[in-house]
Amino acid sequence: MRDAIVVEDLSKKYELGALSHETMLRERLVNFFLGSFRKRTDKNEIIWALKNVSFRIGEREVVGIIGRNGAGKSTLLKVLSKITYPTSGRVQVRGRVASLLEVGTGFHEELTGRENIYLNGSILGMKKKEVEAKLDAILNFAGVERFVDTPIKRYSSGMRLRLGFAVAAHLDPDILIIDEVLAVGDAGFQKKCLNAMEDLRSGGRTVLFVSHNMAAVENLCTRAIWIDDGEIRQDGPAHEVIETYMSTFASSQQATMDLTQVESRRGSGEIRYTGFEFLTKDGQQQTVIRSGDSLTLRLHFHTKESVHYPYFGLRLFTELGTLITETGTWHHGISIPEMPPGDGYIDLEVDSLNLMPARYLLTLGISGDGLKLYDGLDHCVKLEVEGANIYSSGQSLDSRYGIVFFSQRWRLSGVPAITHQG
Amino acid sequence: MKTESLSELWRFRELLYFLAWRDVKVRYKQAVLGIAWAIIQPLFTMLIFTLFFGRLAGVPSDGIPYPLFSLCALVPWTYFSVTLSQAGNSLISNSNLITKVYFPRALLPAASALGGMPDFLVGSGLLMVMMFYYRVKPGWSLLLAPLFVLGLMILVFGVSMLLAAMNVRYRDVKYAIPFLIQIWLFVTPIIYPATFLPKRFQQILALNPLAGLIEGFRACLIPNRQMDLTLVGTSAVVTLFVLVVGALYFRKTERTFADII
Repeated sequence: MRDAIVVEDLSKKYELGALSHETMLRERLVNFFLGSFRKRTDKNEIIWALKNVSFRIGEREVVGIIGRNGAGKSTLLKVLSKITYPTSGRVQVRGRVASLLEVGTGFHEELTGRENIYLNGSILGMKKKEVEAKLDAILNFAGVERFVDTPIKRYSSGMRLRLGFAVAAHLDPDILIIDEVLAVGDAGFQKKCLNAMEDLRSGGRTVLFVSHNMAAVENLCTRAIWIDDGEIRQDGPAHEVIETYMSTFASSQQATMDLTQVESRRGSGEIRYTGFEFLTKDGQQQTVIRSGDSLTLRLHFHTKESVHYPYFGLRLFTELGTLITETGTWHHGISIPEMPPGDGYIDLEVDSLNLMPARYLLTLGISGDGLKLYDGLDHCVKLEVEGANIYSSGQSLDSRYGIVFFSQRWRLSGVPAITHQG
Repeated sequence: MKTESLSELWRFRELLYFLAWRDVKVRYKQAVLGIAWAIIQPLFTMLIFTLFFGRLAGVPSDGIPYPLFSLCALVPWTYFSVTLSQAGNSLISNSNLITKVYFPRALLPAASALGGMPDFLVGSGLLMVMMFYYRVKPGWSLLLAPLFVLGLMILVFGVSMLLAAMNVRYRDVKYAIPFLIQIWLFVTPIIYPATFLPKRFQQILALNPLAGLIEGFRACLIPNRQMDLTLVGTSAVVTLFVLVVGALYFRKTERTFADII
């Protein structure tokens, strides 16, 4: 595989001070005249947006760039697109590049839809003939055929966006550099954009793609580069990189919890929960829990004096307190005639956690025969479910689409349809 | 290095055309009088100059009717001054392009220089009408006029490359440009003929590249008018010098535009 992009030891420095100082000629003149008398005291704050970044991207590779805001992703794209220049290091790009750091770059309010297509296309590197040939397709994609001769200042923001993306989707570069364009627009249009990206990928192009939409990155990209604080933290198969990247966010999700110190608890206390763990199938602690994951909930308990027929159970609530489900050993018909004193644990294995990404709360309880309650901890465990590519469609799903999802498929009969799978 | 950037400009010629086309398209949008402004500006300046300088102050015009004399200079001057103020701000007013997409940055001032041409041609139409009115029949020298127009474009491109690039870092330039244009009007033989000045001042005047270009343009239009070849030659050399200085400064600072704009 030939390299489409080679980046060697790339660094980019910004001097924040240099921006504010000397931007007025006056300062420059004053400094010039006083320079010999006064030592320059102002220290410019230096920020390294990129530090010794090196990687190679092969032809036809589709690579996602992920990282927090301000990590240096956009600077990297700008350097690769020749918009800004590196302080040191080398960048080599082979082929025709189109970079989309914004949708509708150079749109002019006063110009009509058609005129803006020509202008924007030309700015993005299309030839006039190319634009002419694709004009109808672009208008169709954007769905603004009726407004082709209306100045875009009369367009809604959605129409403008669609027009901008429509032009971009009809570019024909060897290398496409895209920054976060999918973060905007309604769900239907996002889908359209993802499909267009899919086509770009199958069209054999090299694509570099910055996004915060992990589902889209996982779906579209085979490889991901995680940039943190100007440096490459991880570079590898997309799902692996996304996994470790997401685990850094999980500060709110603890894999284990000590329950001995919980004060507000109910029950008579002969047997109490002492701890709680989220585990993967193979017994590792799980810090990132994603929609559709298989999961083991391990409940540790301590028995002070032996109890008869204890039933272990839990309730799952939404953050707003709606009960989603209750499950326990009683529901499954498991009876324990006698639990001797000592420590132990019990596992609840979930094959597929069919929860939409959101925050949930767990209530734990141990009950006995009749109305007997040994231990009750209300909303004591927080469960943070992260998004995942659950329908293998690359669509980013969240709590707007409900609380749960089911293992499912759609079948169409007699209707031609295209399914995009990731 | 130099040839590389020239070939790049050539590769982006379609974008140059579209940027210039945008400037032209947008200029008179939502203006009721539209392109008529390209006539109104030089025409009314001519009337005022004729009244104040021609009649009241009695500025000589080498035997040519003063309105025609001043209009011959006002048409190229209007192109130069309007274009300069636009091109000088072309980088900062297109900062959204500079920070989002790559193209040779020099296209922006170049597009302004090109985009001023339709107005200039309309103004030239007015000039033709005035010549017809005064029954002035141009000679063969009219064929040389495009050379001076080209010189004007090169000069405005050179000056605006320098100013636009400085403008990115020092916004003072934005305020200095109107002032500069005001002064430039008076140190250029527009209101008065170059011969109006004493001989030694004429030599200093030649250092103003616009002096030779505008006097030369005027000499092309008015038959039997002597063209001062020293003045024109000096202006041509200074124009090229300004172009080179502008281009060098532009190239030197170009790489930092996106970071500091």
